[in-house]
Amino acid sequence: MIPSVADPQIAYKQAMKILVIEDDREAAEYLEKAFDEAGHNVHLAGDGETGYALASTGEYDVLVVDRMLPRRDGLSVIAGLRAKGIDTPVLILSALGEVDDRVTGLRAGSDDYLTKPYAFSELLARVEVLSRRTGSKDIETVYRAGDLELDRLSHSVRRAGREIVLQPREFRLLEYLMRHAGQVVTRTMLLENVWDYHFDPQTNVIDVHVSRLRSKIEKGFDTPVLHTVRGAGYMLRAG
Amino acid sequence: MPAVMKTTAARLSTLYLVLFALCATVLVIYMTSLSVRMLTGQTQELIADEVQNLGRAYQRGGLPLLVRFVEQRSRQPGANLYLLADSNGRILSGNVQSLQPGVLETEGWTTRPFAYQRFGEGDAERGMRLPGDAAPAVNDGPAHTAAAFVLRLPNQMILLVGRDLGEPERFRAIVQRALMLAFGMMGLGAFLIWFFVGRSALKRIDSVSDASRRIMGGDLTGRLPVSGAGDEFDRLSEILNAMLARIGTLNEGLKQVSDNIAHDLKTPLTRLRNRAEAALSGDPDSDAYRQALETAIAESEQLIRTFNAILMISRLEAGYSSEHMEPVDLAAVVSDVVELYEPAAEEVGVLLSAELGAPVSIQGNRELIGQALSNVVDNAIKYSSGSSEMPKVVVSLSQIGDEAVLKVTDNGPGIPEEDMQRATERFVRLERSRSQPGSGLGLSQAKAIMKFHKGRLEMADGKPGLSVLMVFPTVSGG
Repeated sequence: MIPSVADPQIAYKQAMKILVIEDDREAAEYLEKAFDEAGHNVHLAGDGETGYALASTGEYDVLVVDRMLPRRDGLSVIAGLRAKGIDTPVLILSALGEVDDRVTGLRAGSDDYLTKPYAFSELLARVEVLSRRTGSKDIETVYRAGDLELDRLSHSVRRAGREIVLQPREFRLLEYLMRHAGQVVTRTMLLENVWDYHFDPQTNVIDVHVSRLRSKIEKGFDTPVLHTVRGAGYMLRAG
Repeated sequence: MPAVMKTTAARLSTLYLVLFALCATVLVIYMTSLSVRMLTGQTQELIADEVQNLGRAYQRGGLPLLVRFVEQRSRQPGANLYLLADSNGRILSGNVQSLQPGVLETEGWTTRPFAYQRFGEGDAERGMRLPGDAAPAVNDGPAHTAAAFVLRLPNQMILLVGRDLGEPERFRAIVQRALMLAFGMMGLGAFLIWFFVGRSALKRIDSVSDASRRIMGGDLTGRLPVSGAGDEFDRLSEILNAMLARIGTLNEGLKQVSDNIAHDLKTPLTRLRNRAEAALSGDPDSDAYRQALETAIAESEQLIRTFNAILMISRLEAGYSSEHMEPVDLAAVVSDVVELYEPAAEEVGVLLSAELGAPVSIQGNRELIGQALSNVVDNAIKYSSGSSEMPKVVVSLSQIGDEAVLKVTDNGPGIPEEDMQRATERFVRLERSRSQPGSGLGLSQAKAIMKFHKGRLEMADGKPGLSVLMVFPTVSGG
């Protein structure tokens, strides 16, 4: 099930060109089908060398690279691309999956890291957030979504001109959600990016934070802006 | 190689036997030849003196005096050999009855010992001969061997003065017999050593082998025999027994984990399957399908989390690389985790707070410590939320000596002393908590993380409630 597609709210997003470098045929074909259903174009490469050659063209929006590959290791592919000046965002898929590997992968030049087994919704959300098509919002000082406005410099939030007081963490949470407005953001992504931790928090701690934030930015307003995407995570979107 | 030689004991016994025998032989041969040479030298000196005396007598008184001298000396007890013969070798005077032929032919020292017979000596013992000197006895009577000096007198008569070689010969014989005896004793000794020492060692090794074979056969409760002598074998057996005990514990743990996995994963898997089945057999309604699928996804996600937790514990226990150890500010981790859990705690009516002293920095992995602390905090919230009074959880950080202590105290019902040990074992969920959500892996994961940091996870009575202590060493390299 690919919730983001089924959800008409986010059907407008742009198609991406994704290169999947994965030697497990079955897994690769599943990813091809799933990304295709999510409205993206997918190319497959079965080994490191082929993947490197395809990625060298620089025409992809996102690379999904398995860490263990025949002929050329996934980390080496990434290092080779980065050395060549290809800065296509890369997400590593790994069956190894420990903090250790994660750090190694990120140091090798990948932008994100996902451990098998994973939920496709998680992968899709991460890939969509990674894609450079969404454009970098780093330089923007004010994020806007409908009548919601977040000023990164003055740390202030307004909705329809009304000031909303947020705790520092709530501010960072909203900042991340607004930065990726229109995109699905998973709970793990929030924990990683807002709290800077990568572990399994056992219970729904993130949900409680989000619902607190939601009550602050939606209370007294007619339209919801912070939506729950069932089975995947959250999405901030006006209207 | 014969089977008996395949034992170390037998081979060592043989080797020592051969070495000792070789040394003994060389030593004895050397000493014997030295002694024999000395004795021979003495004999020759005596003979030379006597020859000189007789020669002088001949010069002084001619043949008659010589004959008188010879006869006189011949009669003395223990006398030398004296012989006077004519130029044809016929014996004229002296105490020699017969002589090995050819001895009188060459003048000077006889080159080899020769056989002879004295007068009136029918009952004399047979002299021992060296193997190479087996000269035939003259006249079939008992013969002795002797060394002699042969002198041709100016009148062509032959004078022989000799001395019996019995003494050095006897000496040689004694030595030879002693040597044989010694060899025999050594052989016997080696055999006895092999039999008693080697065999007993062999028997113990055999018993260890047998016990090992039994254990390999599946009886993991079996132990190697310990004789109580406290020797090397006992020490070896004790170490192997300790190893077996450890393997047994691990095996037991593994078995328990398998059982628990079977139990804890079977339930959600069965539920998953039953829901899918129910959805299929129910009305073909897309909303119902959708809901069933969403529940299925949620359940499988929980399963994946459980598996990930199991995987992480195994890797930590298998010895995780310490590559990403870095200074970690525990106070920061505490405030992060408390901040993360505070809203969730409040949701279930639990007051979560932090008591921070001075910042404490340790070498560690921030993510892992965060995971461990969040597990413990999560656990504490779950336990305390049921208590009737105002439930609260306090996380405190303090430095005690060389240790940093993270203490998570709740005021819930606590757990009985006897359950504390069990609570950190994998999948163990104490009876009361069976109804609570969670994998049951939280505390064992925290324990594995603490072990990885060379620290420990302790439980104490929080009076009321439970205190979980995460103790980290702060001395680097400790």
